[in-house]
Amino acid sequence: MSSTNTENWMKDIGVLDLTGVGGGSTSAAKKITALVVDDDSVNQTIHSKMLENLGIQNQVVRNGKEAVDLHSSGNNFDLILMDMDMPVMNGIEATRKLREMGVRSIIAGVSTCTRDEREQKEFMESGLDDFQEKPLTTPKLVSILHKLNKKC
Amino acid sequence: MDGVVQLQKQLVDYIASLFHEGFLDEQFNQLQQLQDESNPDFVVEVVSLFFEDSERLLNELAKALWVPFRSSSSFFNPNILFREQETIDFRKVDAHVHQFKGSSSSIGAHRVQNVCITFRNYCEEQNVEGVEPWHRCLKCLQQVKHEYSLVRNKLETLFQLEKQIIAAGGSLPAT
Repeated sequence: MSSTNTENWMKDIGVLDLTGVGGGSTSAAKKITALVVDDDSVNQTIHSKMLENLGIQNQVVRNGKEAVDLHSSGNNFDLILMDMDMPVMNGIEATRKLREMGVRSIIAGVSTCTRDEREQKEFMESGLDDFQEKPLTTPKLVSILHKLNKKC
Repeated sequence: MDGVVQLQKQLVDYIASLFHEGFLDEQFNQLQQLQDESNPDFVVEVVSLFFEDSERLLNELAKALWVPFRSSSSFFNPNILFREQETIDFRKVDAHVHQFKGSSSSIGAHRVQNVCITFRNYCEEQNVEGVEPWHRCLKCLQQVKHEYSLVRNKLETLFQLEKQIIAAGGSLPAT
């Protein structure tokens, strides 16, 4: 039931072709990969499942440093969902570092509504391609994927 | 088969009432939509994670707010002693509440999320002299604890109903 809804959304924005999910997709369709960066286990589980349901292969890390380390060891992802408040290294620092390293992935900041506008601006300016307020929903995720579609 | 139909109606009505009374919001629907045949226990799993996180956060908040060890509530660590010379770290309290707000909003626990928002507003008043800010925070903690217990009970009841339906050979109503 839920998968039917998801496929409809995906068809609407043309992501269905990109991910290779659904019938009739050729091997030319590239599998999208994503990285979830969040210290909260509830969010990790939800975001990962959302991506999975959209046919997107994904990995999960707990903070900015783990995200940076993953990239340092040669990993790359089409999409990064970056939380802001995390221990060890937060989303602002991590995004800056990744951009400095030359990472060209779509980085979408996902954060709980912060009344600190300055911080939100700083987050955007650290190198985000998009920003979505938590809680993340499948429609919000799909709108992020639109950016991916455009970049490709 | 009549029994199953009764249970299914009970479940639908129960969920509707939870939304109506503001215990749950749209985000809970999002969670249900993520559940499918390949992952039939997804909602229960995520909500269980939320329960675990919440218990931990409530304990941390009690510690940070120096809840006296004489408290008889099972949530609070009975080994916390009342410290005299230190001051309350409201930023730490705020960080915990921020986390709690985040996870409760992620599963759609609307009323818990709301009391967390109020709680954070009080944490910001840390510059006020005296015990007022502390007392207000203690009150907020009580409210968060209360709303959390309520929604926890409701969700556990919901899951019980679902189990009964499945056990009786029925399927869960479409979301």
